[in-house]
Amino acid sequence: MERKRKEVGKVISQKELAPGIFDMWIETHLAQQAAPGQFVMIYPRAESTILPRPISICQVEKEAGRLRIVYRVAGKGTGEFAGYRAGEDIALMGTLGNGFPLKEAEGKRALLLGGGIGIPPLLQLARELPGEKTVLAGYRDNHLFLQEDLEQCGPFYAATEDGSVGIRGNVMDALMAHGLEGDVIYACGPMPMLRAVKHYAGERDIPAYLSLEERMACGVGACLGCVCKTTRKDAHSHVNNARICTEGPVFEASEVDIG
Amino acid sequence: MKTEVTIAGVTFQNPVMTASGTFGSGMEYGEFVEIGRLGAVVTKGVAADPWPGNPTPRIAEVYGGMLNAIGLQNPGIDVFMERDLPFLAQYDTKIIVNVCGKTMEEYLEVVERLGDTRADLLEINVSCPNVKEGAIAFGQNADCLYDITSQIKQKARQPVIMKLSPNVTDIGEMARAAEAAGADALSLINTLTGMKIDIARRTFALANRTGGLSGPAIKPVAVRMVYECAHAVRIPIIGMGGITSGEDAIEFLMAGATAVSVGAANFADPCATIKVLEGMENWMRQNGITDIHEIIGCVQS
Repeated sequence: MERKRKEVGKVISQKELAPGIFDMWIETHLAQQAAPGQFVMIYPRAESTILPRPISICQVEKEAGRLRIVYRVAGKGTGEFAGYRAGEDIALMGTLGNGFPLKEAEGKRALLLGGGIGIPPLLQLARELPGEKTVLAGYRDNHLFLQEDLEQCGPFYAATEDGSVGIRGNVMDALMAHGLEGDVIYACGPMPMLRAVKHYAGERDIPAYLSLEERMACGVGACLGCVCKTTRKDAHSHVNNARICTEGPVFEASEVDIG
Repeated sequence: MKTEVTIAGVTFQNPVMTASGTFGSGMEYGEFVEIGRLGAVVTKGVAADPWPGNPTPRIAEVYGGMLNAIGLQNPGIDVFMERDLPFLAQYDTKIIVNVCGKTMEEYLEVVERLGDTRADLLEINVSCPNVKEGAIAFGQNADCLYDITSQIKQKARQPVIMKLSPNVTDIGEMARAAEAAGADALSLINTLTGMKIDIARRTFALANRTGGLSGPAIKPVAVRMVYECAHAVRIPIIGMGGITSGEDAIEFLMAGATAVSVGAANFADPCATIKVLEGMENWMRQNGITDIHEIIGCVQS
């Protein structure tokens, strides 16, 4: 695991991909060590916001030293980030978390399932994952994002809650409707979706790697704010409460007790 | 320039410490901070047995601060002694172990176990607002605080710091009770009990409903309480609450603290402890202060 560090990067570009969904490229040394499924902490400048924001890594260009994040404006911090323009400084720390295990997909058919703002980390995963892969992405409405990028990595299927594009419903509905099958699953999205993925994978006895999120303070495993219940003793406290920022954010579905 | 301070016979190379619960046992910040430059590392609270802590969400940001309701998740004294203490012992810094418990017996067990370890001082957490039994119950009543302090003092082989809760009517009364029972030092303030409502979900932002407020928002309350305690007792005080800069540290020292702890600021910047230390030293240089004692408690009525 590469050393974590905090540094000041530069915003290369920013645009709004869909209402409230922003796409930012950042020039940073952290690109060299970034792996799919990892995240960075971004520090708002406003002094009234004291906590950094955990944001997943969407795409990496190691040689160029560039990272791409695609994030939803959810409050004051991300609202501030959305106002950053090319050339501005951006304070970030990383790279954090374990990331998705890539080897588990060798020689297998992988299903990559993303829901809403859980879609972005699937892009770098799809770019690096060996073997055959199919991406299913669930959106709220016809404001799709990252569709073209994902289509370059393999077959892509969309689902929308309002049925305006693709299958009406969520990614699991799309999975069933298209009769898709896989040997391993990688998923990121809201908790009800991850529960459904866990259930689906359990029934078929195939591994599923879920990327979880939780409110964080430090991002480095010190504050014990972002835990999730695990089926085995966790590495830090031995109380079946693993730190999402450090032992995660990616857990094999059978390792976590998410209901 | 002299920045050394002494608390209960233990000398610290400088007065900048970490606040319990914000720095783990140092390991997690080793990539960002030269731990050997700190006056002391104050560890996350440790209990006799592992504690799972509270349900999530445990963290919520508020204007100028944050609420936490971790609930003292910790691996228990066995793992702490095997893994965390040896890690800290490698560094040229003092080790203050924060001790928590649900019952008197649990506190005493941890204090006894730590007796022949490398821990330099013990900080007794009788002020966590996020656990239902023990903890704060001992720290919100002067008689209870007197009782637990005197029992711990009988068993402890290291000097004892009592960490006080700000969630009381008269912090001076609590300080006097701890001193009368033999406490060697005080640390304050722990977090202030707060609440945040998530209006979109129409429910509490924290699963625990209430949480402890920390960060810059609480600094004036903390400075006032440190000042009151400094005038209520003769034992030294470790001041904390919203310190993010060298100037903040100076403010606490002037109010009467002998040392200071950096807490929530570690989250806003993993290098915050060093920033506070360097900021404090720069301020001393700029103001012609050659010994930190020139400013400790210099603000008098």
